[in-house]
Amino acid sequence: MGVIERDPYTGHGTTGHEWNGIKELNTTVPWPIWAFLICSVAFAVLWWILMPAWPLGTTYTKGLLGNDVRKDVAAHLRAAAEERSVWMRRIEKEDFAAIQADPALMKNVREAGHALFGDNCAACHGIGATGGPGFPNLTDRAWLWGGTPDAVFQTIRVGVNSEHPDSRSSQMPAWGRDKMLKDSAINDVVAYVYSLSHPGGDGKSSAAQLAAGQKVFADNCAACHGADAKGKTEVGAPNLTDSFWLYGGGEASIYNTVYNGRQGHMPTWESRISKTDRKILTLYVLDLGRAPP
Amino acid sequence: MVSTLTMNERHIALVISSFVAVLGLVLAASGRHDLLEPHGFLILLAGLAGVFVILHGYFDPEPGPERLSSYFDEPIKVGIVLAMIWALIAMFVGDWVAWLLAYPDFRFDAAWSSFGRLRPIHTTGIIFGFGGNALIATSFHVMQRTSRARLPDQLTPWFVLAGYNLFCVLAVTGYLMGITQSKEYAEPEWYADFWLVIVWVAYFVLYLRTLARRREPHIYVSNWYYLAFILVVAMLHIVNNLALPISIGSAKSYTIFAGVQDAMVQWWYGHNAVAFFLTAGFLGMLYYYLPKRAGRPIYSYRMSIIGFWGITFFYVWVGSHHLHYTALPQWVQTLGMTFSVMLLVPSWIAAANALLTLNGAWHKVRDDATLRFMMVAAVFYGLATFEGSFLAIRPVNSLSHYTDWTIAHVHAGTLGWNSMIIFGAIYYLVPQLWKRERMYSPALVEVHFWLAVAGTFVYVFAMWNSGITQGLMWRTYNDSGMLAYSFVDSLVAMHPYYIARAFGGLLFFIGTAVGAYNIWKTMQPIPAAERTQADLPVLGELSRPILQAGE
Repeated sequence: MGVIERDPYTGHGTTGHEWNGIKELNTTVPWPIWAFLICSVAFAVLWWILMPAWPLGTTYTKGLLGNDVRKDVAAHLRAAAEERSVWMRRIEKEDFAAIQADPALMKNVREAGHALFGDNCAACHGIGATGGPGFPNLTDRAWLWGGTPDAVFQTIRVGVNSEHPDSRSSQMPAWGRDKMLKDSAINDVVAYVYSLSHPGGDGKSSAAQLAAGQKVFADNCAACHGADAKGKTEVGAPNLTDSFWLYGGGEASIYNTVYNGRQGHMPTWESRISKTDRKILTLYVLDLGRAPP
Repeated sequence: MVSTLTMNERHIALVISSFVAVLGLVLAASGRHDLLEPHGFLILLAGLAGVFVILHGYFDPEPGPERLSSYFDEPIKVGIVLAMIWALIAMFVGDWVAWLLAYPDFRFDAAWSSFGRLRPIHTTGIIFGFGGNALIATSFHVMQRTSRARLPDQLTPWFVLAGYNLFCVLAVTGYLMGITQSKEYAEPEWYADFWLVIVWVAYFVLYLRTLARRREPHIYVSNWYYLAFILVVAMLHIVNNLALPISIGSAKSYTIFAGVQDAMVQWWYGHNAVAFFLTAGFLGMLYYYLPKRAGRPIYSYRMSIIGFWGITFFYVWVGSHHLHYTALPQWVQTLGMTFSVMLLVPSWIAAANALLTLNGAWHKVRDDATLRFMMVAAVFYGLATFEGSFLAIRPVNSLSHYTDWTIAHVHAGTLGWNSMIIFGAIYYLVPQLWKRERMYSPALVEVHFWLAVAGTFVYVFAMWNSGITQGLMWRTYNDSGMLAYSFVDSLVAMHPYYIARAFGGLLFFIGTAVGAYNIWKTMQPIPAAERTQADLPVLGELSRPILQAGE
């Protein structure tokens, strides 16, 4: 190569080659790089000695620490269950009224219920349990299937119109689409139902129309919703005289409900979450409807 | 295009195009009533387009023998244009899906526009469309210059470029129709994979033939990296895509691996796609364009050697760090983690070698946005490789895995490192290839630089915050010993970061659009007198005769 060319800026020699104008310096590798490399390799070798690392045909080196992630996880899960069991066991055993009467236990219910509700129920009922069109608001006082702890617990267990053999089931027929009522009868009954929750009516319907609507209601709707239209929780038929509406309480929404029918769906949770968790959820949603303590 | 081919090459090109057209027709016929049918017609169309283009230029005068004393740059130009087109499409789709995450209804309620179909268009479009075309184009440039040899023939480079882009088009149009193997970064189905093998082998052989014709006694570092990229990607692609199609008339295939073996093979592929596609190939780019632009010698040849062998040796072991805390045996996880830690050293050697090369040229970094693109790329390369090794440590991974931290890490690499070095290389190449004094507007290069840097920072910081918040929320327990937050709570917490991320992506996309405009304007014809000289191979010192293939 002859005389080594030196880079005037760094003073290092070049390797003597050039590629389309690019040269390379023959700078020695700085010592920190070697130190760094030795440290990282030393760490790796140490870790291989301590932990399961290298395959040996059908087995592998187990490592001096005898660490096993699966055993670790099992131990962690056991410890966590142990920690929770202090209050969990009480939830399991005690009845709803006793739990509701215990503020400390209800604090556990609220803390545990938040994530349980968020992961399982919020997709339909909303993260604040306030529902939406077609999905009941769980924080108000209106309960389609009853608002006692036992009723709510049962609803969570079997669901509504679900595949569970004991499922709660209900259906609002499609009175118009299936031609069970004439258009005029539907208009009459819609005006009547609207007037139940709006004492002044809509201002357009005549007394005669409301009377006609009342007749239609008595003949067709009272079986489920009751003669007083206050609903029946046994069949999941809503109270039509209050201000809580699952599918909207405007005349257009009521018309749509009467014409096309409704059939809500809630899955059964019996095979998906434990009994204790369902109990916690029951208490949690009932607690949401109360004024904050 | 056709005028660069000899008559003999035109005949071969006609045969290949006709063969592709027939193949497409066969696939369309055998795959009737299957999603394979439209793809068969697409391949038929591509073959017919090839036939048409060749026949259209068939009677153009042949290139004279004087071509052999110049470099063959036409495919490089086309490759750069294709890379920029893919960049615009894929970055647009990327930002779209980013907005979708913040506002999920932003998609016209159509099947093709669902997140699951758009997202692979973004990843494939960026990695293979943008990155792949840039790699092919720059490798054609670097291999000729550092070997002081012209590409061995005119047809193979065109075949590689066109064939590769046919693969990319098959991939992204397939996603829109719902064709996917559901393997990340290896989504295209069997027939597209098969085609890519043919193209890739042609690319590999082309590279070797050029190197064999070199007039330099030694092979430059860039070529080591480009070769590693081509060779290992071939190996990864073939093994991970071993699959059996349901029938010759169906687009669907099933992988031959099962369960955790399938997962391991997939992430051995997935991580080495990062290693050899997005790292080795791009280091090849860095090792040529950065010293060229800085006008400085490489800081240390010895560091180049340790860096190269360290990277190629360590990387192939680390794929299992994508499967920490899964059904994968613990010992495989230990190996993945320890090799990831050791990998940091050669990665930083490569980054340090690039940055130390700039010693004596920092004033140029200050003044020249093109060189600054390359400098920032080297910095982000160092940052992203540090983060990668850090995230591969199991306890760290238990916090970061499945969170947006991974997204931050990937984009520090792809936006900060890959895109920046591509733009640096392109701003260096475009004036040279089109024989201009400089880019149409150096001010716009500056604008692009700052938009790209700002976009990357906004993006990466948003996703760091989002990811760590997410990871912590998922593991926070309350006094009752229960998880404090539901998954939905963490989504609500992500929302502002998703908006910030989409905004950062938008800045980056606008920067790319500015760059594309600037490149477009630079390409516009100018009078011959204003053109600069082409760089010609310095002949002489010929150690062996240089043969033109087919002569």
